[in-house]
Amino acid sequence: MNNLFVYCEIEDGQVAEVSLELLTKGRTLANELKCKLEAIAIGHKLDDVEKQVMPYGVDTLYLADDKRFYPYQTLPHTSIVVKLFEEQKPQIAFMGASSIGRDLGPRVSSALHSGLTADCTSLIIGEHYDKKADKNYENLLYQIRPAFGGNIIATIINPDCRPQMATVREGVMRKEIVDPKYKGKVVNLDVSKYVSDEDFVVEIIERHMEKSKLNIKGSPIVVAGGYGVGSSENFKLLHDLAEVLGGEVGASRAAVDAGYAEHERQIGQTGLTVRPKLYIACGISGQIQHRAGMEQSAQIIAINTDPEAPINSIADYVITGDIANIIPKMIKYYKKNTK
Amino acid sequence: MKAYKIIVLAKQVPDTRNVGKDAMKADGTVNRAALSAIFNPEDLNALEQALRIKDQFPGTTVQILTMGPGRAADIIREGLFRGTDGGILLTDRAFAGSDTLATSYAIGQALKKIGDVDMIIAGRQAIDGDTAQVGPQVAEKLGMLQVTYVEEVKELKKDTIVLKRRLDRGVETVKCKLPLVITVNGTAPECRSRNAKLLMTYKRAKTVTELQKENEDYTTLYNDRPELNIPEWTVNDIETDASQLGLSGSPTKVKSIENVVLQAKDSKIISSADADIESMMLELLESHTIG
Repeated sequence: MNNLFVYCEIEDGQVAEVSLELLTKGRTLANELKCKLEAIAIGHKLDDVEKQVMPYGVDTLYLADDKRFYPYQTLPHTSIVVKLFEEQKPQIAFMGASSIGRDLGPRVSSALHSGLTADCTSLIIGEHYDKKADKNYENLLYQIRPAFGGNIIATIINPDCRPQMATVREGVMRKEIVDPKYKGKVVNLDVSKYVSDEDFVVEIIERHMEKSKLNIKGSPIVVAGGYGVGSSENFKLLHDLAEVLGGEVGASRAAVDAGYAEHERQIGQTGLTVRPKLYIACGISGQIQHRAGMEQSAQIIAINTDPEAPINSIADYVITGDIANIIPKMIKYYKKNTK
Repeated sequence: MKAYKIIVLAKQVPDTRNVGKDAMKADGTVNRAALSAIFNPEDLNALEQALRIKDQFPGTTVQILTMGPGRAADIIREGLFRGTDGGILLTDRAFAGSDTLATSYAIGQALKKIGDVDMIIAGRQAIDGDTAQVGPQVAEKLGMLQVTYVEEVKELKKDTIVLKRRLDRGVETVKCKLPLVITVNGTAPECRSRNAKLLMTYKRAKTVTELQKENEDYTTLYNDRPELNIPEWTVNDIETDASQLGLSGSPTKVKSIENVVLQAKDSKIISSADADIESMMLELLESHTIG
């Protein structure tokens, strides 16, 4: 009772990266709260899930296995999670801020009248004093996220409603095994008690999932462009530089919105989080949502026409000038000195 | 051929995508006045989907439901200029401070009053919060099915709809029955532009509050042309439990807001001169950052 739950997303029998990252964060917070870490996986042929999640320190794994549960559908997954949460009364619940978590999370929070904070970039335990009620709350979950166009960082709490729910994007939290031999218990749910026939009203006619061909997250060098790059043609320069250096091309949201780069290249709070050895930010002003996705890079080069661009303050190298002039020089001197 | 009753949920939002330098005050807080208020972009995608159904199925009605302050009547007018049949502005101080859950409760109660809706279509998320929560939360409050991230209505026959969804790593086509809540992705077709004739017809569409502020006497005009009245609903027009409204009805509370203060690093300032670029590339090579 009153434990910390993580909803584990399943694709082809594999637990999603984001779920493993949330288990890692969940384990740390559960230790701090002196409660158990529990996980729920809903799908079909889940035999392998136990082996995948236990090393992250799961104390109880709930499995709901039925061929109708895969692929994900809103209503049956909601019914199971809502009912299980009503029984187990978790104090905290995490979901990935993914197509699935962002479909399921609000539905569950609405049914349980519990608060949900989307796209958190940091989750910590803290206390809160409510002046009006003269009441002190201990061990609350601080759900921290940039807000209002990224000009502010908001700390959100749910003082009275449970569970305290949060979604987090893939890559924001680190994934780390706590003990390869960790052994929690497995509870197989009697699915007939959790879903009804009325939950199965959607027919999936066609489904086409692809593994992303890009590996921006795993790339040691990321060359990213913002709105200041100015055009799709100029973006080709970034691809040239990335190819020469052996990196990948990323983009800010403004560049994606402007059509300079594909959505799957978006870096920032609502896109990918990257931690490369070198991040080259081209024509990116550096709003906080973007920085949330890249500020942990080991080295940052900022190339901007605006010497006052906010990104400059977190950059190791600040170059003021036009990328059309600077990038070819970087390529030239890289080639010259590596031959 | 069947005609449908469609409600589009739309929100007026500050244009956070175009935050210029004047959007920040000297003390580092946000100058909301410097941000223009716009029709949330993905709600426009949603509106387009609704209008396409209306084009295809004569007799279909499309109405916008928006919650916000008085100036959000702009959203209803924008809809009229593009071909909706009208809209309702849900506005009351009692709604102030609502989080997504209290918002969806109020919207859900308004939808219950409207009644017998075949489709509720909303944008996936609003750019001021990016939460993507209100659509699914409204669906749950009404006990309706939801289909999120819709890019295309592939087929609509009587009460059966086929929808194409855009997911993080793929696409999915689903078939289900009406009524339902649909949230539309930004990858769906853009909204048609304003129609010049409709603009002329509806530019004087106003809410009662707006009329009261006008100096001229429009009473006769509005009595003659009732289509120019934009209905305004307050908390008294819908059935609500006060404990679920506004700030007190919101499970999530903002504990604190921090203005973003940049911790400046010791940056090296490099010019675009060849010698500077070359020495930087050499440093990066020597530290094995690249190469």
